[in-house]
Amino acid sequence: MKPRQTNKSAAVDPLKMSRPLGAAMAFLGVDRTLPCFHGAQGCAAFGLVVMVRHFRESIPLQTTALDQIQTILGGYDNLEEALVTMRARARPKLIGVMTTGLTATKGEDMDGNYRLFAERHPEVLADTKIVFVDTPDFNGGFEDGFAQAVKAMIERLVQPTEVRAPKQINILAGSHLTPGDVEEIRDLVEGFGLDPIILPDLSTGMGGRQTDEFPATTLGGTPPERIAAMGSSAVTLAFGEHMRAPAAILELNAGVPYRLFRRLTGLEATDRLIKELMDISGREPPARIKRQREHLVDALLDSHFFLARKRIALALEPDLLYAYARLLRDLGCQVIAAVSPTPSPVLESTGAWTTMVGDLEDLETVASGADLILSNFHAKRTAERLGVPAMTVGLPSFDRLGAAHRVQVGYRGTRNVVFEIGNHFLELAEEHCRGEMREAAHAAA
Amino acid sequence: MLADKIQDVFNEPSCAVNAAKTNKERKKGCSRSLKPGAAAGGCAFDGAKITLQPITDVAHLVHGPIACEGNSWENRNTGTSGPTLYRRGFTTDMTELDIIHGGEKKLLAAIKEVILKHDPPAVFVYQTCVPALIGDDVEAVCEHAAKTLGRPVVAINVPGFVGSKSLGAKLAGEALVDHVVGTEEPVHTTSTDVNIIGEYNVVGEFNLVRPLLDKLGIRVAAMISGDGRYHDIARCHRSRVNMIVCSQAIVNVGRKMRERWGIPYFEGSFYGVRDTSDTLREMCRLLVERGGPTDLIPRCEALIAEEEARVERRLIPYRERLRGKRVLLNTGGVKSWSLVSALESAGLTVIGTSVKKTTRLDRDKLRERKGEEFHMWDDLKQRDMWNLLRNREADIMLSGARTQFIALKAKMPWMDVNQEKHLPYAGYDGLLIMVEEIDRLLSSPIWPQVWAPAPWDQPTTDEERRP
Repeated sequence: MKPRQTNKSAAVDPLKMSRPLGAAMAFLGVDRTLPCFHGAQGCAAFGLVVMVRHFRESIPLQTTALDQIQTILGGYDNLEEALVTMRARARPKLIGVMTTGLTATKGEDMDGNYRLFAERHPEVLADTKIVFVDTPDFNGGFEDGFAQAVKAMIERLVQPTEVRAPKQINILAGSHLTPGDVEEIRDLVEGFGLDPIILPDLSTGMGGRQTDEFPATTLGGTPPERIAAMGSSAVTLAFGEHMRAPAAILELNAGVPYRLFRRLTGLEATDRLIKELMDISGREPPARIKRQREHLVDALLDSHFFLARKRIALALEPDLLYAYARLLRDLGCQVIAAVSPTPSPVLESTGAWTTMVGDLEDLETVASGADLILSNFHAKRTAERLGVPAMTVGLPSFDRLGAAHRVQVGYRGTRNVVFEIGNHFLELAEEHCRGEMREAAHAAA
Repeated sequence: MLADKIQDVFNEPSCAVNAAKTNKERKKGCSRSLKPGAAAGGCAFDGAKITLQPITDVAHLVHGPIACEGNSWENRNTGTSGPTLYRRGFTTDMTELDIIHGGEKKLLAAIKEVILKHDPPAVFVYQTCVPALIGDDVEAVCEHAAKTLGRPVVAINVPGFVGSKSLGAKLAGEALVDHVVGTEEPVHTTSTDVNIIGEYNVVGEFNLVRPLLDKLGIRVAAMISGDGRYHDIARCHRSRVNMIVCSQAIVNVGRKMRERWGIPYFEGSFYGVRDTSDTLREMCRLLVERGGPTDLIPRCEALIAEEEARVERRLIPYRERLRGKRVLLNTGGVKSWSLVSALESAGLTVIGTSVKKTTRLDRDKLRERKGEEFHMWDDLKQRDMWNLLRNREADIMLSGARTQFIALKAKMPWMDVNQEKHLPYAGYDGLLIMVEEIDRLLSSPIWPQVWAPAPWDQPTTDEERRP
């Protein structure tokens, strides 16, 4: 079913976050990297606050700080100065530059800018990788920007080769995955004796590193030289529909075939990955993964009493929306509404009663009568107005400690999610039960 | 024209920094040229939004692509005693087609939708970079909307690229004075009506101050802008006295209101005992001067004596516990003088403060009282904060959320004193809350645990190796 879209002029209580911010988050998953917004300084300041409050980490994020005159005359001079300054001050291995609505409206030629910079500053490019991403705010959203940055890094950094390392596999980890999810995927893959190159790898940088040096760049994440080596991997496993284009480019440029996993939350969804890993490695899963599957099966048995036919409304970024909508269907819940900030092919198969592209005002319209809302921090007030309980997932999760470590993929992660949602309804059932007993006691007396 | 307005704002005669400049310097304005690749901080739109969003019953509509509102809404925790419309995020979410065809029609339609759905007393429309670049005339759209819809629609012309956060705050203040203040007449006034300007009621902080004013019989006619209401602000030109809290940001509002409606203003602060008392004194003195009841002054002195004695009693145990603890203060300079004296009254030592946005007057006060050894940083770099904490030259940093993780990455205590804070620190009781919070954080048992090396980094003794 095609998603619905409202025809209104004012977005109210936006669900959408900007495309360059998505690109910036992808760069945060690369080691010793400095993301930089090409735009007015406010663009970076707002994005910085979102990332700092969500991850509860020190976040490196820079800006070319354009003013109105520089915008009109062209921002190359600022861009050049910013690149030279960042390299001198922070010594990054990689600088990722995102354009914004401002520079895209003016029509900056980023390919031309790159060539000009390479000509004028070979000394910078000698020790620093530079990746430009064209991400106008007025087109697409967070997930699109993230995917573009991953694709741009692959295009700029991966070196095609004839040599194949049979045990080495690429993991493209979409923006719907938390650092905890990425860690879980690594654990599953390594359990089969495989050597994963994960791009981007938020697990090693955004999970809470303790270091002895001032964090002027990211510390942790995929090392840029490992990105270069992705061309020699046996296969690419791409997680999330928005990782399809980056995976396809990798196949096209370096001949590494890819398998796409739209979601990794759910029993069957995880089974598919495990089957794939068994095929690639020619090995049986280790005992702990087998135990994890048993525990998930047990979790489904224990919790189905509380979950079947529950009415749930969702408002999340497309691939996270899809993962939760399909999991909830697997559990027998009725997904009465699924709202996404931006279009995506996955919206056609959420299985929700209503799927739409919209904002939290739209959620408010379609979620009345829900038993539970799953959305980000901002939907708290929406839920309050509806009198429906809400659970915070996705980005931003300002009201949750450990948002980075929430694991919602694989057998273990799915088990967590099933218990979390199940416990919510179990508590309600218990409360209801106590109420009935009080009333009965009252009537008897 | 926006350019003229900016020049006008740069010429603020009541600004102490500006007054000390030569003519040539003044013309250059107060926006520092930013260094690409080494800049930090918000834009003019950010500053205007901080300044005006706390007005609780207005619909704040952002005209621009999603980044400006989508990435920033609900970032600030200002309190309300009633309406909640200000918490909702309204934006035209401009798309590629809007850029090509121009966004004016969409903006007009958006204003209509917001009024139809929410019936606010007024709509504030914020102009941002992209529509400014393609030439959307926000002022004309707002004028037209106000005329046809019969509702005040105020253009806040603050595209981010015109300058800094503080410029945006000033432009927001100008918009209020030009288009809101004085557009309605109050039904009822008293001889003790005051306006509080530049107080944002973060975490409902002003609730700790309001009871003091209530006790003295002082009526707050309008709050600009924390917990403010549109009609109160539209009618606040009949108040007797204006108090300006955050002086650098919107001193222009006070000056223009004095010029147009003859309302005297004074600058005050509600942080710390001394400043709270001074502020109450000055407010009462000015009210009496303007025809308020003369017994206000003795009643005020009695209240101050009572409150100060109460706070003093409760501070004594903290002074013992906190003596010698060193504080690194990084507020961006706002209210630093107030905070320094508040912290010292609790026995803490302030090793230095950033003075980027501090007024000259405040700087002189600091220099005079603290001597040459006291650090006053014009531009304290994150790396320097990190080093000061890492080398244990300070025991705790007080700053805003953006630098929180500089302190925590250095494994040192940190307390929020900016807009995202979770506790109120204003007034006499606010000081006690702040001191308790500092003590609570400093004495957390986690510090020695997080400083201890991991088992694999510990030197093993022969004793332990033995089976």
